[in-house]
Amino acid sequence: MATFKDFRNNVKPNWCPGCGDFSVQAAIQRAAANVGLEPHQLAVISGIGCSGRISGYIYSYGFHGIHGRALPIAQGVKMANQDLTVIAAGGDGDGFAIGTAHTIHSMRRNIDITYIVMDNQIYGLTKGQTSPRSDVGFKTKSTPQGSIESPLSVMELALTAGATFVAQSFSTDLKDLTSLIEQAIQHKGFSFINVFSPCVTYNKVNTYDWFKENLTKLKDIEGYDPSDKKLAMQTLMEYNGLVTGLIYQNKEQKPYEELVPGFGEVPLAKAELKLSKEKFDELVAEFM
Amino acid sequence: MVNQLSWKVGGQQGEGIESTGEVFAITLNRLGYYLYGYRHFSSRIKGGHTNNKIRVSTKKVRTISDDLDILVAFDQETIDFNFHELRDGGVILADAKFGPKIPEGSNVSLYSVPFTEIASELGTSLMKNMVAIGATSAILNLDPSLFQEVVQDTYGRKGEQVVLNNMEAIRKGAQYLKEELGFDRSDLYLEKADGQKRMFMIGNDAIALGAIAAGARFMAAYPITPASEIMEYLIKKLPDLGGAVIQTEDEIAAATMAIGANYAGARAFTSSAGPGLSLMMESIGLSGMTETPLVIVDTQRGGPSTGLPTKQEQSDLMAMIYGTHGEIPKIVIAPSTVEEAFYDTVEAFNLAEEYQCPVIVLSDLQLSLGKQTVEPLSYESIQIRRGKLLNEELVPEAGNQGYFKRYEITEDGISPRVIPGMKNGIHHVTGVEHDETGKPSEAAANRKAQMEKRLRKLEQIEFNNKVHKNDKHEEPDILFIGYISTRGAIEEAMERLEEDGVKVNHAHIRLIHPFPKEEIRPLIEKAKQVIVVEHNATGQLANLIKMNVGFADKIQSLLKYDGNPFLPNEIYTQSKEFTKQGVLF
Ligand SMILES: Cc1ncc(C[n+]2csc(CCOP(=O)(O)OP(=O)(O)O)c2C)c(N)n1
Ligand code: SF4
Ligand SMILES: [Mg+2]
Repeated sequence: MATFKDFRNNVKPNWCPGCGDFSVQAAIQRAAANVGLEPHQLAVISGIGCSGRISGYIYSYGFHGIHGRALPIAQGVKMANQDLTVIAAGGDGDGFAIGTAHTIHSMRRNIDITYIVMDNQIYGLTKGQTSPRSDVGFKTKSTPQGSIESPLSVMELALTAGATFVAQSFSTDLKDLTSLIEQAIQHKGFSFINVFSPCVTYNKVNTYDWFKENLTKLKDIEGYDPSDKKLAMQTLMEYNGLVTGLIYQNKEQKPYEELVPGFGEVPLAKAELKLSKEKFDELVAEFM
Repeated sequence: MVNQLSWKVGGQQGEGIESTGEVFAITLNRLGYYLYGYRHFSSRIKGGHTNNKIRVSTKKVRTISDDLDILVAFDQETIDFNFHELRDGGVILADAKFGPKIPEGSNVSLYSVPFTEIASELGTSLMKNMVAIGATSAILNLDPSLFQEVVQDTYGRKGEQVVLNNMEAIRKGAQYLKEELGFDRSDLYLEKADGQKRMFMIGNDAIALGAIAAGARFMAAYPITPASEIMEYLIKKLPDLGGAVIQTEDEIAAATMAIGANYAGARAFTSSAGPGLSLMMESIGLSGMTETPLVIVDTQRGGPSTGLPTKQEQSDLMAMIYGTHGEIPKIVIAPSTVEEAFYDTVEAFNLAEEYQCPVIVLSDLQLSLGKQTVEPLSYESIQIRRGKLLNEELVPEAGNQGYFKRYEITEDGISPRVIPGMKNGIHHVTGVEHDETGKPSEAAANRKAQMEKRLRKLEQIEFNNKVHKNDKHEEPDILFIGYISTRGAIEEAMERLEEDGVKVNHAHIRLIHPFPKEEIRPLIEKAKQVIVVEHNATGQLANLIKMNVGFADKIQSLLKYDGNPFLPNEIYTQSKEFTKQGVLF
């Protein structure tokens, strides 16, 4: 049995000291070990950004793609081999600006992968521009007078887009985050976890302290029930999206792969490629 | 008696013009005739003139004919729009309902047949198409009962009565022409065909079938004209083969999903046309940089932007060769017949895995949608070659937290490949410049080594029949060079030029990139002049040839970019015109 140490490699992250992404990395490594995975059974597909580097910092198969496209790559991987555990990961710019369409459609499609966003409400890698998650009035390099666009309510978005597993966390809550990732991996279908992962270099507003003051744990809300979508929506609106924990889970909905007619038990990656002569002749005859 | 003729049916889009053409063409194909069908359509679903032109011959035909023998018209617009194509002595069969008129003094015979009325008497005016087929059969001297089988196949699921009514409509149409109008012209009787059963398909069918034969079991695509049939065919067939098609949110998702699936070891692809390919450019670079196999089919249509979405053009050439930022190894192949579309698509999947790079199958609207009789496709020729993909047992022990050298520097530039899930194959993949294990690296020496390794892969590319050649003359007056669907029109123009005593050779380029310099150079060397025939306004193929092998002073461009395919006669007369201008000889 692998332990979280087996998911470590010898690459030193080039994240700034204190960056929230370190804990996300640790949480993924722990969760992977806790659910009983071996490193070769995991594929981490990431986007471009500081956060996107994460696939290179975990000892497993890793694919660092292009900006905003971690999700379609990850879905392709899963369609080719259902035996793999696939985690897509990236930043808020990656998932809610350039890749928004993929985020929404992955939620609707419900392929069995886990998507972790390291949400720092800023563009880290390009050195501090506004993101679709930045609050109104937030001053950045690209919004010197303060942001005038509304931030995207991603939790609500996930609910309306049909996501079957919606969670939010805070990178310092290593235990909670690890447990959410485990649940997400075990959930059959698309799982979305938005993680507040502070950028200590370019976001001086949404800091660790700010989150500690403003976040509410769903566990602490009496009677909260993650199977109740209406309640989830109400709670999110009430708390302006600033809650952590499992917000919603639909255990009934089957994942995409199980609904595709005829989609094989044998992963495509292991299937016989050659068409039989009989099948070929049958296909040819249809054109006569 | 004739051994070949051209028939066209036209009317408003949504009126069943397509099914009329289909019933007629499939029947003749089953009788052993060679057919070539080309549809004129616009990007509206209902309304607007549409027509289906079908050439019938006892010998192989690869393109549309210059003129027309028989026009079936369901409205006056069809006559007005297509009249100029009719040859002297041609025939128009028009629905009496609209009071058809033709220009005075023409040598074309107009026959008014009450298509709609006869059909209505039999139950529904919808069957006017069948009445028209019946009238046509009378002209060609084909027994109406020959249509029974195809009518059964087409309408059988609607019940026996519908089949009977449709057959009766065909009979009535034939009867009307012979008995009421006394039509009898033995010069239009069609010679008997050989009765051989052959496939009748569009290029997109062949591409789709090729993908399935190659083992593609996953496709991600976004609908677009003229590529959608490929995706639709896989949607129909993959459930039976355990695969899946995802209709994505856009072409970026389509290309990247295909990359993900290929990375994970499936054979996956996408298909699209110009606008979609423009969206895929960054993904193509990712495939090149990460050395992940990727097959993309580009069915070219009129550009730029939305351009002429339902019309013929070949203007994506340069974009397909060079498109994406930075420099990557890429293969571009261009089938010139439906048969080649099948074999080359199979090959595209092999090349993508052998060279671990993007492969673009370049088609065009005429090849993709032109429907023709096809020679038998050989099952035996289907090979599955996966290049340096390792068997799991052969992957060397990785050791503690060890990385597999997925980007190992090798002599031929191609590195052994593993797929996720293999115990000892763990490695990292990134579009960032990387070292042999896939770890990002900006070191100058590594950069140089990895760049050279990637580009080295295609130096020795093997591709069967890079150029389709007809080089029978030692010193030809003209060498025609073309690619994709212009092959048929060039071949027919050649025959006529040869009859005039002009010596003509022909090269149709099938491996576009890397450019087959060694094959093309000697062909140009021995020709007096070279005419490069292509469907675009700037002579992209001619420029590509000049760039690769020179000979700028010998090369003359023959261009067409009005949306319609070249006709043999246009190539013939234009080449003659060049002669007069002194460009040639
Ligand atoms: C197509 C494209 N456009 C722009 C960029 C430049 N770019 C790289 S990362 C990034 C934004 C990063 O922000 P985010 O996704 O939030 O990640 P973070 O760095 O904050 O973790 C941008 C704009 C790019 N790599 N590709
Ligand atoms: S810039 Fe911000 S997001 Fe990027 S590594 Fe530094 S702290 Fe993390
Ligand atoms: Mg960010």
